[in-house]
Amino acid sequence: MDFRARSHPSWIGFAVHRVSGLLLALFLPLHFWALGSAIQGEARLDGLLRWTENPLVKAAETALVVLLAAHLAGGLRVMALEFLGWGRAQKDLVALSFGLSLLVGLVFLLNVF
Amino acid sequence: MKQLKVSVWRGEEAGCFARYDVPARDNQTVLDVVTHIQRELDPSLAYRFACRVGMCGSCAMTVNGRARWTCRTHVRKVAGADGALELRPLANLPVIRDLVADLAPFFDKWQRAQGFFKPKDAPNGAVPDEFAVVAPGSEARREADAGIECIGCAVCYASCDVVAWNQDYLGPAALNRAWTLVNDARDGARGERLDAVAGDAGCHSCHSTRSCTERCPKQIDPSGAIAGLKRTLFWDSLFGGKRHG
Repeated sequence: MDFRARSHPSWIGFAVHRVSGLLLALFLPLHFWALGSAIQGEARLDGLLRWTENPLVKAAETALVVLLAAHLAGGLRVMALEFLGWGRAQKDLVALSFGLSLLVGLVFLLNVF
Repeated sequence: MKQLKVSVWRGEEAGCFARYDVPARDNQTVLDVVTHIQRELDPSLAYRFACRVGMCGSCAMTVNGRARWTCRTHVRKVAGADGALELRPLANLPVIRDLVADLAPFFDKWQRAQGFFKPKDAPNGAVPDEFAVVAPGSEARREADAGIECIGCAVCYASCDVVAWNQDYLGPAALNRAWTLVNDARDGARGERLDAVAGDAGCHSCHSTRSCTERCPKQIDPSGAIAGLKRTLFWDSLFGGKRHG
């Protein structure tokens, strides 16, 4: 793919929205599998939750929170474009959605440590 | 004299780049470069232009990866420090030869999007008895005015990812034209037009990457027009709006 024509904020916003959505969709089966472990007893779920205290898992969880925030903020941006016609403000809205996503990730990290 | 290193697409779809050295000048458009190649270096080069002043849109090509009007693009704004230029025909369209793209699919889609005026007061082509009174400051007229200056150069169409993904997608220019007509109080085909742009190949396929708006040389906002069509169809579908008004 030739990125010379695509190096503008709205396209990058689109790409982040799309990639975050795909990654979240890939995570979803793992999420359901973790919840499903509760069916096999409290101990199994507790064991899994203890494993998530691992710093590496926490780092992955932070990335997941950023992805969720990016996808939510990106979706709100597209809805503002389509329902409110805020086309001219897209550059600012892309920057705002990225900033908010990172902020949410940082707040999550603050709660972790 | 400093030389520009110009790579030009030669042949049809399965062509390749040919390299030309063109003298660099202080004031030089990309169209000047192409003209120099055709007149001085290789008369077999096919390209298209007419007005040379940004009125007709026929000289649009892909310059260093981006669709542009070559007559309004200064070489110094797009060439790298090494004077490299890469010229291809417009993307998303069949290549006739060299730098000439076939715009027939582009204009066919304007027809499919019902991108032509159908007077409400004169459905059979008769001249209306009275002039229509259209308030210039009305919201609908302002929406129509924002998109009416399109000259059909296909820069937006060549820049659109959705056209590349879905060959049937109507594209930004046709949808922009449909939006100007949906907002035209004199037009009598609102319902037919909204039906024409509501299908799989219509406005709902747009992913709002806004490359059309970024690249439009007339600073028109086709992405905003497509959003307007989506919005109109949404509320009309929900509350049964004046589809056939």
